[in-house]
Amino acid sequence: MAEQKINNLSRVIEVKDLYKSFNENHVLRGVELELSKGENLVVLGRSGTGKSVLIKILSGLLKQDRGTAIVLGQEVSQLNELSLRALRQKIGFSFQNSALYDSMTVKQNLEFPLIRNVRHLSRKEINSRIEGVLDAVGLLQSLNQLPAELSGGQRKRIGIARTLILQPEIMLYDEPTAGLDPITSIEINNLINEVRARFHTSSIIITHDLTCAKTTGDRIAMLLDGQFVKTGTFDEVFATKDPRIQSFYDYNFIN
Amino acid sequence: MDTDSKAKKYLIGRKVDRFFIKVHKASSFTIRYFKELVTSPHEVGEFVQQCYNIGYRSLSLITLTSFITGYVFTKQSRPSLSEFGATSWIPSLVGIAMIRALAPLVTALICAGKVGSSIGAEIGSMKVTEQIDAMEVSAVNPYKYLIVTRVTASTLMIPVLMMYAGFVGLMGSFLNVSQNELTTLTAFFHNAFEKITMLDIVSSVIRSLAYGFTIGIVGCYKGYNTSQGTQGVGKAANAAVVASMFLIFIEEVILVQVINWFR
Ligand SMILES: Nc1ncnc2c1ncn2[C@@H]1O[C@H](COP(=O)(O)OP(=O)(O)OP(=O)(O)O)[C@@H](O)[C@H]1O
Ligand SMILES: [Mg+2]
Repeated sequence: MAEQKINNLSRVIEVKDLYKSFNENHVLRGVELELSKGENLVVLGRSGTGKSVLIKILSGLLKQDRGTAIVLGQEVSQLNELSLRALRQKIGFSFQNSALYDSMTVKQNLEFPLIRNVRHLSRKEINSRIEGVLDAVGLLQSLNQLPAELSGGQRKRIGIARTLILQPEIMLYDEPTAGLDPITSIEINNLINEVRARFHTSSIIITHDLTCAKTTGDRIAMLLDGQFVKTGTFDEVFATKDPRIQSFYDYNFIN
Repeated sequence: MDTDSKAKKYLIGRKVDRFFIKVHKASSFTIRYFKELVTSPHEVGEFVQQCYNIGYRSLSLITLTSFITGYVFTKQSRPSLSEFGATSWIPSLVGIAMIRALAPLVTALICAGKVGSSIGAEIGSMKVTEQIDAMEVSAVNPYKYLIVTRVTASTLMIPVLMMYAGFVGLMGSFLNVSQNELTTLTAFFHNAFEKITMLDIVSSVIRSLAYGFTIGIVGCYKGYNTSQGTQGVGKAANAAVVASMFLIFIEEVILVQVINWFR
């Protein structure tokens, strides 16, 4: 999958000189980032470096202090409520902790964004779309279960299914494999690649799992101290002598 | 959500500024309710579900407390009234006390505890587990789905519960009366409502609408602004109860004054 040629070079995400602080905590300090159509970009970085903050800015959940974040040609922080909602229909956000609605069954979780965003769907169309995404994540049998009855990996999949149901153009995965066993992680990695093949999405995948980075990423970007210090293919990034990047690599494979 | 990242410059003083920022936040939250209430789409299904949760699920607690209130109030008033040989006034006294004061207050306070805390905890845990953010990013308006439905349901259900509490309270009183005097249910109710005017009932309903709105909006506000993880959820639930009880007493004092001008 990684060698897939990117023919269309149009940028779906363009981030320039992005700054974000929380009081005295300067999290993002001049982030530059580009995502091309159809590309899988992996963002690597240690815990607390602001990876989640970055994609929250891209989806308008947080506002940057300075700099631009352009998604599908629009500056996110400048959008009014209506245009922001229209943009969000095209962005799938898979949360670090899945964020499934506990009080609803899997089916209701999937239905929730669908019936509120795509009006005038018949019951049949709704059901077929739900089955379509559940099939894509391989969990058709969980249709009537509650999130509390699912395992962590299953919840991650349902979370991904819920974002796929609006047929987004961009997928933002926040640590899709965190807390999962190696085999389930590999299944999720394959799912991410499958999603791209099936739904033609461009994705940002946040992780600190190098196996995930290697299998899903066309390009890797390393976030350190609030900036991307190195961007390139997996081998390019880890060929550098920067000790901070090397220690990241060593640490991952000792475990 | 967005933490203030500006340099520390205070207009008046740290505490005073914070207070006004809070007032501003709370009032914009409230104003937004009215804006979202009148714009479509409406979350009818969730609203009905919340009416059921808030109304039906509080019934047993309201039944118990208002019945006991009516019974005990009657029992405790009897000795001093019988000193004057005025025990026949009991139904009318209880009627006034119950309809004018006790039913609205008992209902509001019980619901501040039961409904306020459950709304605060529910919204709060949805906030800290990012379920509200998940609604936002899937292009659904969480304010409409979560807040408008709960506040409206609570505003409409508390008056209904109040009327029910008034009735049950009078039944409690009737139990005590019938243990001590010879009377019939019809005669008792006839006497109880003798001194009650339309204005009394309207006043109680208006006050209950205000209390219901307060309980709903405070619970939602505290929940929606939860931070600091699961620990914050408990705090939000607790703060929702304390703040709404406090506001209910203030509103009671003000509204009773205002409505008395019309007598
Ligand atoms: N809403 C917020 N308010 C205040 N501080 C925040 C907020 N969100 C994030 N932060 C701070 O920003 C920093 C980066 O957080 P972020 O969640 O982006 O880290 P991360 O790179 O995703 O880490 P992890 O790999 O553990 O998920 C942290 O120090 C955190 O305390
Ligand atoms: Mg994170």
